[in-house]
Amino acid sequence: MVITFSGVLTGILLTPVIGAIVILLLDDESKEQARIIAALATGITLLLALGVFLGYSVDDANAAATAAAEAVTDEAAAAEGEVVEPYFAFEDHVQWVESLGISWHLGVDGISAPMVLLTALAGFAGVLISWGIQDRVREFMAFFLLLVAGVYGVFMAVDLFVLFFFYELSIFPMYFLIVIWGWPVTREYAAMKLTLYILIGSVVALVGLLALYFKAGAATGVYSFDFVDLNIAAQQGVFDTPFLGGWSAVTTARLWFPAIFIGFGVLAGLWPFHNWSPDGHVAAPTAVSMIHAGVLMKLGAFSALRVGVQLLPEGAKAHLPWIIVLAAVNVVYGALIAMRQRDFKYVIGFSSVSHMGLVTMGFATMNLTGMTGAGMQMFSHGVMTALFFACVGMVYDRAHTRDIPSLGGFVQKLPMVAVAFIVGGFVSMGMPGLSGFVAEFPIFIGLWKGPGFMPDPDWVLDSFNYYGAIALITALGIIITAAYVLRVVGQVFFGEFDSKRFPHITTITLYDKIALGLLMFWLVLLGVYPRLMAPMIESGVRPIVSMLGG
Amino acid sequence: MNFSTDVQASVVAVLPEILMTVLAVVVLGLDVLWPGERRRDLGYLAGFGLLAIAGMIWLPGLAPQKELSGQLVFGGMVRHDELAEIFRAMVIVAGGLSCLISMGVPRLRDRGDYYALVIVSVIGASLMSAAADLIMVFIALETASITLYLLAGYLRDDDRSAEAGLKYFLFGAFASAIMLYGLSLLYGFTGETNLYKLGRALAAGDLNDAPVLIAMMLIVVGFGFKISAVPFHFWTPDVYEGAPTPITSLLSTASKAASFGLLLRFLLAVFPPPDLLDAVESVTDYSEYWVQLVVVMSVVTMSLGNLLALVQTNIKRLLAYSSIAQAGYMLIGVAAIATDRSADGAAAVAFYMFMYVLTNTLAFGVVIIFSNATGSDQISDLGGLSRRNRWLGLAMTLALLSLAGIPPAAGFIGKFLVFRAAVDANLTWLALVGVINVIIGLYYYLVIVKVMYMNDSPDDQPITVSTPYGWALGISAAGVLLLGTLLVSPLINWATDAAQSLYVLL
Repeated sequence: MVITFSGVLTGILLTPVIGAIVILLLDDESKEQARIIAALATGITLLLALGVFLGYSVDDANAAATAAAEAVTDEAAAAEGEVVEPYFAFEDHVQWVESLGISWHLGVDGISAPMVLLTALAGFAGVLISWGIQDRVREFMAFFLLLVAGVYGVFMAVDLFVLFFFYELSIFPMYFLIVIWGWPVTREYAAMKLTLYILIGSVVALVGLLALYFKAGAATGVYSFDFVDLNIAAQQGVFDTPFLGGWSAVTTARLWFPAIFIGFGVLAGLWPFHNWSPDGHVAAPTAVSMIHAGVLMKLGAFSALRVGVQLLPEGAKAHLPWIIVLAAVNVVYGALIAMRQRDFKYVIGFSSVSHMGLVTMGFATMNLTGMTGAGMQMFSHGVMTALFFACVGMVYDRAHTRDIPSLGGFVQKLPMVAVAFIVGGFVSMGMPGLSGFVAEFPIFIGLWKGPGFMPDPDWVLDSFNYYGAIALITALGIIITAAYVLRVVGQVFFGEFDSKRFPHITTITLYDKIALGLLMFWLVLLGVYPRLMAPMIESGVRPIVSMLGG
Repeated sequence: MNFSTDVQASVVAVLPEILMTVLAVVVLGLDVLWPGERRRDLGYLAGFGLLAIAGMIWLPGLAPQKELSGQLVFGGMVRHDELAEIFRAMVIVAGGLSCLISMGVPRLRDRGDYYALVIVSVIGASLMSAAADLIMVFIALETASITLYLLAGYLRDDDRSAEAGLKYFLFGAFASAIMLYGLSLLYGFTGETNLYKLGRALAAGDLNDAPVLIAMMLIVVGFGFKISAVPFHFWTPDVYEGAPTPITSLLSTASKAASFGLLLRFLLAVFPPPDLLDAVESVTDYSEYWVQLVVVMSVVTMSLGNLLALVQTNIKRLLAYSSIAQAGYMLIGVAAIATDRSADGAAAVAFYMFMYVLTNTLAFGVVIIFSNATGSDQISDLGGLSRRNRWLGLAMTLALLSLAGIPPAAGFIGKFLVFRAAVDANLTWLALVGVINVIIGLYYYLVIVKVMYMNDSPDDQPITVSTPYGWALGISAAGVLLLGTLLVSPLINWATDAAQSLYVLL
């Protein structure tokens, strides 16, 4: 049964799937066709995703969110249990498994629309950069397209069963891509480690979601996995009642929030569950590292926000103040480890861990500024890290080593790669004028402000500026970031070029240039014109913040 | 309680079995009449014959009647309800696909008596899911089992097959005897043989608990053997490894499906939770005891099955341990049936079993093709399978993903339903144990995938797939894929109907 169907999002999701099927039907010799079909499929989805991004109406979203804020502040309305339906644009809503309350419900809000665009950018750039792959091109492209489709599915899912379906669907192409085309030294170990870590996190979160599903179903009489229904149940306070009777402090929200948030947080590289990520990034082939660090880690952060914070605001209030410590460790410790690496790709791998800590931290501020910054950081870091991995891949493909001390002077041979890497480096350091600044600055402002529900008389840590102290510690991470980025830039791209050791460094192809240019364009564009995205993310964050009482 | 005396309804209730008997006789007759080289086509006849009979279940005229008194036919021997229907469909499909994948195995493919034995075994399995009387339970069970003993040892001059047949027979006969003892105790306590009358008599009987519990345990041991639950699983790896591969496939699908169908019906009918009986006076509740038993069995079965699968080097032994683990997941659903009244647990088991039948047939089908080509069952020899025939590589990957519970394969929905039922029945901790096991399972399934795609084979000859395999693998692969995506809803609805009929005890 069709409820609404605009078809755009389903189109974005199905185009790569269809592309993958067509590629699988080709014969083994048609390498060029496989590449072209993959480029077409990701190119079409990029155009559609741009359409979604530009067509998303911030005004409509804000109108819905203002109503939500009024409903929460208006005591009388709150007492009557007035709730506001969360806003989604471009909805596709078709019944799938009616008896279990599962429907094919896709839509984007202010947070997921930029994520869809990010996936499209990284996917298209990934195909262009993989043009040179010779071994089993057909299968590479097919699995790559399936991975991209899985990622889209998570970002666009409104029904949380659909979210899980695609979350787990993206696991097996990932495994294949790393284990077949990855770096031979560690690929088997890394692929298995990554798969098991991600699966453990996601199934723990799944059990949490089932608990919410039954709780909400028993309370409202409607058993549904639809985010809209569950969010309304959350607004009615269904999850704030004791979970099993007895202890009134152990509410559903407080009990299950850590399972869901940290379960998804595994994929976001949350310390101490980040260990899979540098290994995975390094072992993966370039295009997969780009998707992996650029997009897949955002999948974890995004799902933690959508299923964790948005359904269990009371749990978020209780737990995020201590989870923020994990995030601070992420930022500082990740940066310190990155500093110590000799392997070019491991530097970037740990820098991702460090930067993803800022995203979690932005969520944990629980105010509008900080959470908007976290949304911006997800996009900015996604593009930036895709660019980084693309650069690393191009250097490695030519030099056949990633040992930083033995590289040097590559700016002479690969000027465009050097420029791209330096742009990425500045973004990473949070240089004003680039997207990193407009993302990280709000996060720090948000940290100083602290959560909206503070000061809370029950809140023991409020006697000193707890969030402010975290901000100070985290700032260290930014300084270390600058240090390791400059070290890598200096040692890899500048300095002496050893022409005896690297006699045949070829220039990069046109496809590579297009991919690098495309990614750099967005980093600069957002830096000089943040209004392109900030209001959109703000419109998605506003209802969350009003649920958190901020 | 009344039984239907409608002759037409009685015939309709066992029409699939009647047709299968005819099919078996025709196969045997043609075995004599057809010349040697044509006898291989008997596989098509048996395979597609069974699939056609399975398809007939959807004919509108054969749908079960609504009230229980109309469903109990043949003097209460057989219950013709949706539960019987869905389990019957899966065992007959499993039998049909097994016949098709037998057609490439030398020394099986041109033997009419072999195909006839498979059909008879399917008749027994099919009646198991409909049996509503102790006598029928035992006859159906033995019809299915005795033929399987023969089939497991069918390749007489192959030592491993002969050993498998003997081992299966010895263990099986022992387990049957234990179960029969339990059944006879139940009859002795109540004087009833009909399961539903028996259940009421037991509940109202004011009996001493201990003897009833002993009878219950003896029966659970018998079932534990059939579904290869730990600690009654010892026969499984040896028999799975030694038996001809199509029979291994049949053992792990049809035999297991029928046993689960019977287990669901038996536990709920004979030891019902009291609220299902609408009893006026107080009755004894034995259901807590078997829930405990099943929960313990489930935890041990899935954990041990998965852990032992980790160290296997032979693909058939690995699939044997994997099938032990899968039985553990299904037992989670069985444990949920006593407390949930929304029929989630039983529906989950029915869905899970349906997709498992197709998945395992797919996996074993690929194993046969590959061992015919390489002459080996070792996992390490699977290397290069994806290069030698990419469709076989993909088919095996799909089967393994389904077993591991990764979308888009149907296994994801199956696991999801089972865990959902556990959370619904307040067994969240059991769902968490299951979840941990899924992760262990994923490891060894992915290792096989890795070998198929990564490792090189000494011989890079392409492997060709003959027509009957094309059919069998095509049908099961399409089933696994569609049941995980587009056709989820119809199968869940069917399974839920089936599960609800289980709760009608009056």
